[in-house]
Amino acid sequence: MSKAILYDATLCIDCKQCEAACAKQNNLPYDDKIAAEEVQSAHKFTVVLNKNDKYMRRLCMHCDEPACVSVCPVGALQKTALGPVTYDAHKCMGCRYCMAACPFGQPKYEWGSLNPKIQKCIMCPDRVAAGLPTACAEACPTGATKFGDRDALIQEARDRIRQNPNNYLPHIYGVEEVGGTSTLLLSSAAFEQFGLPSPKSLPSDPLPMYTYRVLSRIPDFVPLGGIFLGGVWWITHRREEVAAAESAETEEKHNGGAR
Amino acid sequence: MKIKLTFWRVVFVIILILGAWGTVVRFTQGLGAATNLSDQFPWGIWIGFDVLCGVMLAAGGFTLTAAVYILNIKRWHAIVRPTVLTAFLGYVLVCVALMFDLGRPYNIWHPLIMRNPHSVMFEVAYCVMLYTTVLALEFSQIVLEKFKLEKPLKFIRGALIPLVIVGVILSTLHQSSLGTLYLIMPTKLHPFWYSPLLPVFFFLSAIAVGLAMTIFESSISSKVFHRQLELPILQELGRVLYIVLWVYFVLRLEDLVNRGEMHSIFVPGYEMYFFWLEILLALIAPMILLSIRSVRNSPGGLYLSAVLVVLGFITNRLNVSITGIESWSGLHYVPKWTEYSITAAIIAVGFALFGLAVKYLPIFPEEKEHGTVATHESAVEPASVFVANAGN
Repeated sequence: MSKAILYDATLCIDCKQCEAACAKQNNLPYDDKIAAEEVQSAHKFTVVLNKNDKYMRRLCMHCDEPACVSVCPVGALQKTALGPVTYDAHKCMGCRYCMAACPFGQPKYEWGSLNPKIQKCIMCPDRVAAGLPTACAEACPTGATKFGDRDALIQEARDRIRQNPNNYLPHIYGVEEVGGTSTLLLSSAAFEQFGLPSPKSLPSDPLPMYTYRVLSRIPDFVPLGGIFLGGVWWITHRREEVAAAESAETEEKHNGGAR
Repeated sequence: MKIKLTFWRVVFVIILILGAWGTVVRFTQGLGAATNLSDQFPWGIWIGFDVLCGVMLAAGGFTLTAAVYILNIKRWHAIVRPTVLTAFLGYVLVCVALMFDLGRPYNIWHPLIMRNPHSVMFEVAYCVMLYTTVLALEFSQIVLEKFKLEKPLKFIRGALIPLVIVGVILSTLHQSSLGTLYLIMPTKLHPFWYSPLLPVFFFLSAIAVGLAMTIFESSISSKVFHRQLELPILQELGRVLYIVLWVYFVLRLEDLVNRGEMHSIFVPGYEMYFFWLEILLALIAPMILLSIRSVRNSPGGLYLSAVLVVLGFITNRLNVSITGIESWSGLHYVPKWTEYSITAAIIAVGFALFGLAVKYLPIFPEEKEHGTVATHESAVEPASVFVANAGN
């Protein structure tokens, strides 16, 4: 069963325990200076944003059908059955198409490195596979970040909105966006002000569909194109041979009227 | 041999020095130091210009070989070789540029064994790799001729038609796929440029630019190498270019109407100015010029139209890859000097290699009259024999 992270901004207290736990889990440095950084980067996979005392946690959305996975030419990014979108640096050649393609701007780059890696939240795949919650969910003191089965979390999110409709926007971010994601967000403040694409701007079709519609035609195009071009070549050259043969005949007959 | 110090040689050396300096920065300090790219803006001019425009500018190779060998338009044969040379150099330089842009260039071979057929980039990688090989083989006959290696020459000439067909298919695929790359970004790319028809637009404009580059390159060659201009051929190319531009224009207009963008293209704004710059350079100006018979038939008019088309579609590629992404990214990308210097050095090396190839290899027919006569005489012979003759 597919797992998910549910983040409920109304329960969040901006303690940044999730940031610290994430850094520790991924062997990244974490101190007061990094805690104060309000952007995600190659050394900060998740961030709690504060806009007028409204909070929002940003992290990889772990799409069900991720654009990054579909565009990676070497398959360095993979969507696992449990939900996490993982990255294998050994395969990566650094084309950064994943960064260009991600609608949430999640993959970050080690711009200063000579052997740069893509960096992003990978949803603690080892922990998840072992049946543990993600590091951030485990560290969260208020339950704002909760880990569990995706279907159950969606149900729980619906219940929370129904029970406290005044506390929430009537929208679970991630149920339908780009075909559904394994990170689900609840908020009382507009998602857009935290840099998330507005739910209206995102299609409910998975983004890989947009390129697949074109790519899936290639297997037909190649043989048909070959036959077509070969046919045109045959016709144009055959026409020329016929014309040559005809003009030779005409010449033999010493007769200008044959044409 | 004494090397004369001319203005252009000095410029060339300066560009090479700056390019070398940029290269050192890139490979000792990384992409962050060598570019103004960022997490918000991961692709800059090395992708937008060097790769997208580089591949587009080299499109003359497949356009001309298709016309001459498949459609059997033998009149155009005299300009096939310089065009194939341009294409071959173009693709090699695109690969060189990729080595700068890829974060881990030493892994560039990975798509050979790590395959993701759902990735447009994977498809482009394969097509570019295979098509560069095709161009190398097409080009190899010129080298083999030079060194009179008859056996491999015979082999290449025998395989020429299949090679050309494969080349046309591969080109159709990756020229359009460079547009398909952007189909995954419906929320990022500005609606002036995001369209389900992007692959079609990229393909059609590649043909237009292929023709325009052939006109441009023939005009320049005739001046630089003091050769008689192949004016009748260029006039015909100009007419075909005019038609291709019309087809592109109608499709582009229809697409804007269908997507309900007709109002926004008249609302002033950053994207609007670049949109109109592109439309003016690539379509309106050259289409007006080419519609006038006396302009279309004059060397100067053809040259100007070709230059406009080339500049216009370069603007188009940069709009798709840079201008159209800026508002999503929330920042204004201006390339760093190293990005310019490396790009300039790559272009300069391209020009130099073209000059060297013309000097040492049988690229141009020796005399124009001979070339024309040969065309008529050999009209009866099978294509492969003809190919062998006409380049001499």
